[in-house]
Amino acid sequence: MESANRHFSEKVRWRWLEVAFWLCTLLPFVVTPSYLSLASQIAITALFALSLDLILGYAGIVSLGHAAFFGVGAYSAGLLAKHYWGEPLAGLVVAAVAAGIAGYAMSHIVVRFRHLALIMLTLGLGLLLHEAANSASGLTGGADGLQGVRVGTLFGFKFDMFGRTAYAYSLVVLFLCFLVARRIIHSPFGLALRGIRENATRMPAIGAPSRAHLRKAYTIAAVIAGIAGALLTHTTSTVSLEVLSFQRSADVLVILILGGAGRLYGGIIGAVIYMVARDQFSGINPQFWYFWIGLLLVLVVMFLPNGILGGLARFFPRKT
Amino acid sequence: MVAQDIALELPPGVRYALIGPNGAGKTTLMNLMTGMLAPDSGQIFLGGEEITALRPHLRVKKGLARTFQINTLFPQLSALEAVTLAVLERDGHAHNWWRGLPRFGAAIDEAQAILDSLKIPAARETRELAYGQQRLLEIALALATRPRVLLLDEPAAGVPKDESAALFDAIANLSRELTILFIEHDMDVVFRFASRIIVMVGGRILVEGPPDEIARDERVREVYLGKTDA
Repeated sequence: MESANRHFSEKVRWRWLEVAFWLCTLLPFVVTPSYLSLASQIAITALFALSLDLILGYAGIVSLGHAAFFGVGAYSAGLLAKHYWGEPLAGLVVAAVAAGIAGYAMSHIVVRFRHLALIMLTLGLGLLLHEAANSASGLTGGADGLQGVRVGTLFGFKFDMFGRTAYAYSLVVLFLCFLVARRIIHSPFGLALRGIRENATRMPAIGAPSRAHLRKAYTIAAVIAGIAGALLTHTTSTVSLEVLSFQRSADVLVILILGGAGRLYGGIIGAVIYMVARDQFSGINPQFWYFWIGLLLVLVVMFLPNGILGGLARFFPRKT
Repeated sequence: MVAQDIALELPPGVRYALIGPNGAGKTTLMNLMTGMLAPDSGQIFLGGEEITALRPHLRVKKGLARTFQINTLFPQLSALEAVTLAVLERDGHAHNWWRGLPRFGAAIDEAQAILDSLKIPAARETRELAYGQQRLLEIALALATRPRVLLLDEPAAGVPKDESAALFDAIANLSRELTILFIEHDMDVVFRFASRIIVMVGGRILVEGPPDEIARDERVREVYLGKTDA
């Protein structure tokens, strides 16, 4: 039975490519020190995409309103820092809890639906929250954004204008959340999520409480999205209404599909490509850069159905 | 499709064949028993306990498992992953999101043993298995729930006749404590493997009894077996 166990332990083991990847994330400190602000934006977007991957890539729940949880996290961290407590780690915790509560509440509605109804439902809930934040301008600052967010120091380090602290902070949080996500997908619960994605009809027939699994996955994903939102608040010292926008929900979906859903690194790779492309193309022509993203998306979906990472994976097959 | 006026009792250890012409309501009856359809009226008991209002996955937990006429599997899970998942769900471990799968050695070993007993290659992805092996995996997934009653909806559907005998041999070798109800159209198979036969026609049970009695029954000959003579 040793071989049976190896079937699973092979997949859990860290591969050299992964170690190399994470070492590469340190390169911006030395190679592109003037782009550390961009690097921290990439890390935050990657974390947001990772959270979507848990529900879309693993459990198969499509969402067009995932910015809701990013926004709840961003505003929670912003309001905390503005009114009570500027220390960022406390902000992360508060944002995670607030987004988790929002996610758990919404999960009860969301898990009852599938396909088009599910997409419309998540879209609708996202729009609702966006407009609620817009009209509650006394609390959120409305369309002007939340001003006067004063973020304190992190272990004595100030958030400097070069983004050194910001990138280090975002990267560490991304890595820690990645470790948690990696653990989840290699657990029995992670296997159950893949089971739901692969065949939702079969799951009850093997005694699986699919809805309970999905509620849990949705809540975990919301927590991680909320943490990503808080990171944005802490690294930019402001919260704009855009954190809740439909555009953000759509972008993170595009990023995950580009990179490759259901493989943990897909969202990270997607975020790197998307954010670097936006930075480069929008410098040339700010109005036009979506053309290139659109073209890239069409090409990837047509020729690399498992995303860029899925295409690359053919060159690095696992031995199982 | 409808099923009505059904009164049926399945004692432990019996191998039932459920037969009847297309549209007789055989699969509908199976869906009612497993909770995938809700009955308008009537009651369902499992081992003396009423399960009529129980959700499908909770009926499985009580020991009522089924397979599907059309493969309802997990294409991108390996056979071992799929059966291990069923074992983990049964034992209440599937909610565990913190311990790595390799640490659930007992569940993995049990899944491997089930696959070995049915001669299914464990490491392959389900979608890469031969069709006959996928039909066996249907049964393996149900067995992993450790059922008391096993409902098999045309287990050999689409399997060539020479292979279906091997498939039914595997079914015949399952534990004698298990109650099995299978839907099947091949009368050779039915009379060889069933200890009792239920005949459904037009949503109702026409007759139930041991094979020799069913073979002699005039009404059955008329509405059902009669057709095979023609």
